[in-house]
Amino acid sequence: MAIDVKSKLCGSRESRIGSITGYSGTLHEIGQEIACAGCPSERKRCFSQASACASGCALAQAAEINDVAIVHHGPSGCAAIAQVKPAFDLLANAIGRDRSSFAYTCTDMTEADTVFGAIENLKDVVIETYNRYHPKAIFIGASCVSGIIGEDLEGIIEDVRDITGIPVAPIHCEGFKSQIWASGFDATYHAILKYIVKPPQKKTNKVNIIGFTAGMAWNTRADIIRLLDVLGLEPTFLLAASTVKELEHLPEATASITTCSTLSSYLGIGLETAYGVPFIRSLQPHGITGYEDLACQLSKVVGKEAEMEAFLQKERNVYLPGIEKIKEQLTDKRVMIAMGPNLGANIARVLQEFGMKIEHLTAWHFDKQYDDGTRPQALQYLIDHSPENFTYSVNHLQNFEFMNILNTIKPDIFVSRHPDSAIWAMKIGIPGYCVYDEYNVFGYKGTLRFGKTLLDLILNRSFTENLSKHVRLPYTDWWMRQKPDAFLLAN
Amino acid sequence: MTKILDEPRYVCALGASQTVLAIHRAVPVFHSGSGCAARVSGDGSGTGYLATNTLPCSNISETEVVFGGEGKLRDIMSNSLRVIDGDLFVVLSGCTTEIVGDDIEQVVSEFQDTGKPVIAVSTPGFKGTNYEGHEWVIDALIRQYLTRLPKIEKIKGLVNIWGPVPSHDPYWLGDFRELENLVRELGLTPNVVFGEHRGIENLNKVPLAEFNLLVSPWVGLSNMELLKTTFGTPYLHYPTLPIGAHESSAFLRAVAGFAGLDPEPVETIIARHEEEYYYYIERSVSVFFENRTASKMFSTVTTSSRALAVAKFLINDFGLMPNKQYLTENVPVEHQERIAGYFKNFNYRIKAEVVFSTDGYLIHKQIEEEYFAGPPLIVGSIFEKQIVKKLSGNFLCVSTPFQQKVVLHSSYVGYHGGLKFLEDLYTGVYQTYN
Repeated sequence: MAIDVKSKLCGSRESRIGSITGYSGTLHEIGQEIACAGCPSERKRCFSQASACASGCALAQAAEINDVAIVHHGPSGCAAIAQVKPAFDLLANAIGRDRSSFAYTCTDMTEADTVFGAIENLKDVVIETYNRYHPKAIFIGASCVSGIIGEDLEGIIEDVRDITGIPVAPIHCEGFKSQIWASGFDATYHAILKYIVKPPQKKTNKVNIIGFTAGMAWNTRADIIRLLDVLGLEPTFLLAASTVKELEHLPEATASITTCSTLSSYLGIGLETAYGVPFIRSLQPHGITGYEDLACQLSKVVGKEAEMEAFLQKERNVYLPGIEKIKEQLTDKRVMIAMGPNLGANIARVLQEFGMKIEHLTAWHFDKQYDDGTRPQALQYLIDHSPENFTYSVNHLQNFEFMNILNTIKPDIFVSRHPDSAIWAMKIGIPGYCVYDEYNVFGYKGTLRFGKTLLDLILNRSFTENLSKHVRLPYTDWWMRQKPDAFLLAN
Repeated sequence: MTKILDEPRYVCALGASQTVLAIHRAVPVFHSGSGCAARVSGDGSGTGYLATNTLPCSNISETEVVFGGEGKLRDIMSNSLRVIDGDLFVVLSGCTTEIVGDDIEQVVSEFQDTGKPVIAVSTPGFKGTNYEGHEWVIDALIRQYLTRLPKIEKIKGLVNIWGPVPSHDPYWLGDFRELENLVRELGLTPNVVFGEHRGIENLNKVPLAEFNLLVSPWVGLSNMELLKTTFGTPYLHYPTLPIGAHESSAFLRAVAGFAGLDPEPVETIIARHEEEYYYYIERSVSVFFENRTASKMFSTVTTSSRALAVAKFLINDFGLMPNKQYLTENVPVEHQERIAGYFKNFNYRIKAEVVFSTDGYLIHKQIEEEYFAGPPLIVGSIFEKQIVKKLSGNFLCVSTPFQQKVVLHSSYVGYHGGLKFLEDLYTGVYQTYN
């Protein structure tokens, strides 16, 4: 098992690494299954709610790059992803970068296109998009329709590349091909590795930071720059507000690090496999242990452990007393977590650092391994170090399942990550907190802020209680009395 | 000719799921891919009784693409009835299930004796826009649900109001509420199906109305015809969503006339509103007309409904002059000539040229080439923000994609809506040196 950056497709997470979207058990059970049997097998559902598809993750990621164009080969609805543009304009503007050559166009496939194909129009749209905006690269986004009718996206790229003189890269993110939206991250990174990245000419002091945002919230960006500066390194934030030129030079970096390995593993491992850029397999920098683990492992790459330790000690002096005080008040508070698999495992560790008791952890999907065969570090750490076992499920964004669980265990707080998740706990009177930004719990500073926020939410429940008195859930009483895994089919 | 959608301002027919969601306790059931519901989830509609991730969906995978998805839909539908606390279930097909040939009507027919109405609508993305999809959902509700209700006598004075398209337009909810207020003032009883606490009870009253009132240039016209042939209900097609005093008064007179009401009390109502309206206008008139930065000419880049509403207000009420009006919702060809005609009879025989276009790039190019005799005023979507900045113009965001501010229940419709429009538009006067 390895990443082949030259292959046409990267394939889905299900087929490549055996990832799943349905499971019900405990942390120790799933830990044992991946240790012995190798793989918990997928449990399908006979009732499901709308989840998310790979194209959303794939093309919204690609759209973060400042100077590319995306041509979505599908019907108009697929191209609603284009609505991310104004937000990314704000981001680029905030850090003083230009996005005027970005574009998101669509072939607006019609019924006739589904019968006769529309590859010629796609070609025209790619060329027209280039002539209008002069991006530095063009991604062609696949759709369910283009996939089912068998449009040959690769078939046009040589022609259009000759005309435009820039890389034209298909992203195979057809929605039906994977139930795991993270397969879309991989599809985009595959296109970047295959079509954009250039062989290294030299080594630089850059660190590829593979994340979702560019660290704008709470100005974490400045904290990261300061941290890397201790090691004589500089960040390349990916993919938010990045440029094609930065992507071309990714193999020249000193190392790759990440805020979320669910997101980044394909790119990190791909750069390591093809170009030898070390992908730091630490815990992610959430909470005390994760932050220190990343800082230490990265400092080893450049041999500056002592400098880093001195820097961390200064920070500890500032923040640890405050964290200790908050820990006293958060200890034994009961919490349920619902997030992507890697962030959930990281946040669970942070909550345990505060002495909180995890009642349930649900992951939107489950990766037992990454493409190099390694276990997700945060998951393995949790399995090995969690002071107690707790129920664990794989949820695929199934609101009816996690609301059933929440309603049964009624924790002191629900901590989630996905739009429209935490507020559902609030609807039944349970304080909810959406860890919206990946840098929410970054370093000691973020850990202090996170703990204080949780404490405040648990104390002042006014809005949550007011809301819960005036709304009701869209679920039948019958459903709320069933076991949460009632619709998961036996294998 | 290259078919290019540059800066999409509409979504596909599955966007009609928003029409279902706008009926309180009605449940769209997606027979589609897992990402479709999120793609078409409207603009800033966020959560509600139901939200995107609570909607039943067959989350089509490769297996169903190869072997068909009817079995999966059957499972999802039967369990939806057990899990979701809803009053009406509307199965919507997506691209994949249409291409593989699933017979959703057959599957839905198996659920006719379950005690809850279950209907099916074909809404594949490649077949049309969310505006057309909206019509198809209403069509299906009439044919598959309303015709099966027991026949009851019509209710005198009951008026169904149609027009705003739920959720895709940030102001749809407030617009309905203002239209209700205006109709109610005439002594008529408004009946709107969409929005809080209306739900199936109001839907059931649709066949009982004395007449239907469609406030929209084209969306819903086919539904009005169907309601006429099915229930014998006449309809008033009033293309203009009324903003401000001039248009609101015209609207009240037209509705009252159609309903055969005594004109005298109607004129009293109008006079009272206009007196109040111009009290506020008079107090602020210098802000509008004595400054260095306000625009004298405008273009709209929005749906035909919003464009017509804004153009009528700015020309007939407020005395500005139009440049080209860009209508962006992929208006079906059969409606285009008639809609262009609506823009040819403003006061003083002022005309505005309309351009039907889904190509944001070309629209912006044309705006750049036009002469605005000063800073241009562009009324459109967030996609117009950059071009307005480039031209040092004035900008008001009124349609999707919106992302400009939070809209809970406000509206530009009616007398108060006109005042709000001016408040929002002329806020710009304080944001530049004046």
